[in-house]
Amino acid sequence: MASEPLIQLEGITKTFGTGSAAFQALKGVDLTIDRGQFMAVMGPSGSGKSTTMNILGCLDVPTSGVFRFREVEVQELNRDQRSLLRRKYLGFVFQGFNLLSRTSAVENVELPLLYRGEAKAVRREAAMHALDQVGLAPWAMHTPAELSGGQQQRVAIARALVTDPDVLLADEPTGNLDTERSVEIMELMCELNAGGITVIMVTHEEEMAAYAKTVVHFRDGLVERIERGARSGTILDGTMKKGKG
Amino acid sequence: MLGATLLLALREIRRHLMRSILTTLGIVIGVAAVVTMVTFGNGVTSQVQDDIASLGSSNFIIWPKNDDRSSGRPFDLADVAAVEQQIAGVETAAGNIGSSATAFYNGQDLKTSIVGVNTNFLRARSLRIAEGRAFSSDEEIAGRNVCLLGDRVRQEIFLPGVSPIGEDMRLGDVSCTVIGVLETRGQSGGGEDLDDRVYLPLKTVQRRFRGTTDIDYFIVKYDSTYAGSAIRASLTRLLRERRILEAAEPNDFNIIDTAQINEAVSETTGTLTAMMAIIASISLFVGGVGIMNIMLVSVTERTREIGIRLAIGALASEVRLQFLTEAVVLCSLGGLVGLILAFGATYVVTEAMNVPFIFNPAINIISFLFAAVMGVVFGYYPARRASQLNPIDALRHE
Repeated sequence: MASEPLIQLEGITKTFGTGSAAFQALKGVDLTIDRGQFMAVMGPSGSGKSTTMNILGCLDVPTSGVFRFREVEVQELNRDQRSLLRRKYLGFVFQGFNLLSRTSAVENVELPLLYRGEAKAVRREAAMHALDQVGLAPWAMHTPAELSGGQQQRVAIARALVTDPDVLLADEPTGNLDTERSVEIMELMCELNAGGITVIMVTHEEEMAAYAKTVVHFRDGLVERIERGARSGTILDGTMKKGKG
Repeated sequence: MLGATLLLALREIRRHLMRSILTTLGIVIGVAAVVTMVTFGNGVTSQVQDDIASLGSSNFIIWPKNDDRSSGRPFDLADVAAVEQQIAGVETAAGNIGSSATAFYNGQDLKTSIVGVNTNFLRARSLRIAEGRAFSSDEEIAGRNVCLLGDRVRQEIFLPGVSPIGEDMRLGDVSCTVIGVLETRGQSGGGEDLDDRVYLPLKTVQRRFRGTTDIDYFIVKYDSTYAGSAIRASLTRLLRERRILEAAEPNDFNIIDTAQINEAVSETTGTLTAMMAIIASISLFVGGVGIMNIMLVSVTERTREIGIRLAIGALASEVRLQFLTEAVVLCSLGGLVGLILAFGATYVVTEAMNVPFIFNPAINIISFLFAAVMGVVFGYYPARRASQLNPIDALRHE
């Protein structure tokens, strides 16, 4: 796949707190992510992977350094400008699904379109299409409580991709799922990636990371090493991992 | 977007229906109280004004001043005649003497008020004859046993559809002939039934019921082209002279201008209405605090939801609008229910107290808008708090 830099992190640092209580979570991260990439981010807790994801998701800003996304210097933007960036180009999938309870699947998926000011009919059609993509069209009217964990995560993925985002940010998307559901979700992510969406995924499971094209390892607030091409071997051998889980 | 926000707010309210009802109860009661108080107050004011207007304008009422030890020196008809004849600008002066008795007719009886007046008094007080005739001057001079019935007396002791004119009835020990019936007057501001009266010539009541030549009070009607203050000065001078008061002695009688009463009473009822409205608005304010409290709870409860919304790209202003809309919708619904409640309550109260129900669109609209503004005022802080949440922390919130 032709690659061009979509995201560039240069010398990113992030410090929480001030004075003696200050804690430096990121100590100068350099990372380039090309369009069409499927990147897994791994590392022990406290290694800075979640902080990096928050910065990549435009939810947080670095203390210093340059974060370039679509050639926009995100660290220069204010809160609302970052919101608009998220709204337009980013989709989020969380470990805890984070769906609105007591709200039907289709309405959850419609939510990002609501903030884009789309008309009701357009919203409904796009949301149904997204649910169809994740194989949940028949469950459109069910609330999260009536769906299994795997189904809820697929609703969350539908919500993330309904806006046709450039980047899908997934934070431990399979963390709350059993192996079988995890594999389904990973295969779905691979499909989406094949369709052109850049996927960045935090995980601590080697099997899940194996689906990615690139695996970035974090340690002590720095990028420790980057492995490439891990994906090619695993996609042919998807059944093997069920046994391991 | 606004439509969707409105729908969302309604859904959120429906979701916590019981809580929403209890929360808005403060606003409902506040609005209902304000509107009921003001509408009822307006009704009372208007009724009192009507009562006073029925006294006639350009009127003085004069009666002896009572002190602690004795009732004041009374007036008599000679005083009335002197006022009428000697003061320029006076059109009529008419005395009044009251008593009470039980009226009997055809086995029916009714305890009622007896009023002794002459025809000029009826005219000055705009008491109109509905049926029959007023007293003739012969009946007045001779003090004959003839009477005019108030509407209630007629209804209580005469059969409907049968004319009481020409019938003989008994008032206590006195027998008298009914010569007319007065138009209905309703209740006075003091709650007296003005129709529960029997009118007889002044002299008849003096002689047969009170055994005196005194009168209780008299009214003076003057030409409205004259200044009330000039008439009052002449009246005071004449009456002091007739009662032989030294220059140093104070007046031993009262003179009151009906226009003055009107003003004083309107002012009093107006002040009372305003006071009741202010007290009622305090409850509206307290209701607003309740709204703020529950909105803050709601923001805390829905922290995660707010995090999700912010993460998928909601602007701070959009989250703020959502919570503000919820508060305003809650308050507006409360206001609406309050108005309906007020309408019912005012209807019942005015009906029970015989006060006219004057629907006042202004106070209804103002109260409703005030309730909505309460939503903005008390919803703003919680909404602002929601919009300023950090999405990362909000998403982590359990």
